Amino acid sequence: MTSTLVEPSRRSTAQRVIATVLTSRESAIALVLILVVAAATLNTHSFLFSSDSWRDLLLAPSILLLLAVGQAVVIITRNVDLSVGSTLALTAYLTGRLFVDNPGIPIVVVFLIGVAAGGVLGLVNGLLVALGKVPALVITLGTLYIYRGVVLEWAGSNRINASDMPRGFLSLGTKTIGTIPVLTIIAVVVLVAVGYYLRTARGGRELYAIGSDPDAAHLYGLDVRKRVIGAFVLCGALAGLAGVVYAARYGTISSGAGTGIELEAVGAAVIGGVAIFGGSGTVWGAAIGAWLLITINRALPILGVQDFWQQAVVGALIIGAIVLDRLLSVRRSRRLIEARDAS
Amino acid sequence: MTTTDTPRAQTLRTYAAYAKPLWQRVLVTREFAVIALLLVVFFYSRNQIPAFDGPLTIYYLLLDVAPILLIALPMTLIIITGEIDLSVASVVGLSSVLVGDLHQHGWSIPAAAVAAIAVGIICGALNGFLIAYVGLPSLAVTIGTLALYRGLAVGILGTTAVTDFPEKWTDLAKAHIGSSSYPTIILPIIVLIIVFVLLLHFTPFGRGVFDIGLNDEAAHFSGVDVARTKFLLFVLAGAVSAFAGVYYTLRFGSARGDNATGMELQVIAAVLLGGVSIFGGRGALHGVIAGVLLIGVLGSALRLDDVSANVINIIIGLLLVASVMSTSFLSFVARTTAGMKRRATGGSPERQQASAHHEGNNS
Repeated sequence: MTSTLVEPSRRSTAQRVIATVLTSRESAIALVLILVVAAATLNTHSFLFSSDSWRDLLLAPSILLLLAVGQAVVIITRNVDLSVGSTLALTAYLTGRLFVDNPGIPIVVVFLIGVAAGGVLGLVNGLLVALGKVPALVITLGTLYIYRGVVLEWAGSNRINASDMPRGFLSLGTKTIGTIPVLTIIAVVVLVAVGYYLRTARGGRELYAIGSDPDAAHLYGLDVRKRVIGAFVLCGALAGLAGVVYAARYGTISSGAGTGIELEAVGAAVIGGVAIFGGSGTVWGAAIGAWLLITINRALPILGVQDFWQQAVVGALIIGAIVLDRLLSVRRSRRLIEARDAS
Repeated sequence: MTTTDTPRAQTLRTYAAYAKPLWQRVLVTREFAVIALLLVVFFYSRNQIPAFDGPLTIYYLLLDVAPILLIALPMTLIIITGEIDLSVASVVGLSSVLVGDLHQHGWSIPAAAVAAIAVGIICGALNGFLIAYVGLPSLAVTIGTLALYRGLAVGILGTTAVTDFPEKWTDLAKAHIGSSSYPTIILPIIVLIIVFVLLLHFTPFGRGVFDIGLNDEAAHFSGVDVARTKFLLFVLAGAVSAFAGVYYTLRFGSARGDNATGMELQVIAAVLLGGVSIFGGRGALHGVIAGVLLIGVLGSALRLDDVSANVINIIIGLLLVASVMSTSFLSFVARTTAGMKRRATGGSPERQQASAHHEGNNS
């Protein structure tokens, strides 16, 4: 009695890899990204071919990329973290304070403290969500207010200026290795590590199982609570890292840093094919989604659209992406039903 | 279902929801906990905080909470069906910008307001169509339309603002009723509150809203038009948000693309604080109204007490987290005490079950 609904593919590995690459969501988004870059470059050659714009093309998405990766991991478990913008602001301001209050503190230590602080904030979210059995949307909406309130109270109208931070730290924001900015390398290393973990490690697969059906995952014996808390800690830690990167890149930090960026992070993940109801999608998609959002933002003025309209384009993209997902899943389930009826 | 053999048991069956006397069912609820908290905070502030009992306090308090109170009404119904609408504040912004832009092009204020509300209805209809008829998750759709409508608002006016509204209309938004300390905006709010209370609590449509939240398939099989109900609720939310946008514009005398940014979070926080379950199927409008007013009173009392707005943010966040955590905390306490009672009486699970069954049949 081991009948399968869909026979394993008889095609060779190479054929399957090519088919996957051609039909995957990630490559579709990447294609859109390439088209946007190509259109902007045809219009203004310096969009791609001047060294500054090449660096910006890679550098600008790094912060949103980190947030989108963390957000994707949380969304895969059928949760959502709206507090990442406030976490980013808190750690960015913390970074500035560390440099002001402890002159000469090593940069690596600041990075570690930022990540740890973000992780603690994520842990609070995770504990509240997992122990209270309350939807993450509500809890993280609450902590969005709380964390933002804390940073507003702490910073007041103070702002950290570039002169308060050591030059070695700020130069990270512009330094490149070869032609690739350091901050982008950091973001890509994180992306590859998380992507590898989700695809191959047991913990990563469990996150997908939990997102597909939390009750089934629990019955199967997975420690749902532990994994969900872990996902929130990771998301918080990445938001913390994004906060440090924010400080390095912009040099000035006020209490309003990162306001509203949580919705962009969710949007990037959704555009990249991470289903909002969990259990599917990859961080690669989320990362390309983040890159696409930022690049559209920069390309619109070049294409003659006032950049005020950028948000409307982003909204239309998000809606287009979920409608597309819906159509694809309807087609897939119809095909599975046909396969069942045929057998 | 043709049980004529045990009519006595049927007529005397007690439903869990009706097991307690009426006064307990009305008073021992989340809604009345919020109302009690509101009264405590209100009277404490009146006695302890200087200037809180002045006539201007209530006036500005009502002016400030008016848009949130307005939008909270349809939002309550939407959350009771188990959906959510994050795009309301963007509709407020879009309608505000439309009023400003049309006024600049020579339209009269009432005509511009009607046009803005019509656009609000279209915005709500788009949300409702995608959610109810295409079947997309409301969270994802309204995050998308949040960006879309806000983007349209910012796109139409750019960074400019329209501020030259006729005084006749901006004064109306801030006028008092007669010589009392209540602003006129509460008149339409009261009308809408009555309409929404009747709609939710006293019509078949409202029962359908609760049914959908409890189980939308069961609601479908018991004859509720699930898709149409959800569609209408999102249209209502769009219309009311657009009306709130018109009010917002006239009250501050300024139409900008970024008006009311982030208000959706305040509205949702107030609704959840008022005892509406985010899982759907539970909630009542008197609790929501108390929730909105509680946030308003806390805010104005703390401001008068020289606490900065940031601490108010923290308190709103803590209240929201505490209010949703309290439900699961209380059920945890109930389970623990029930477990302790069972162990204390030493009854085996079988006997407990048997007696429960017995009670169920005879009581």
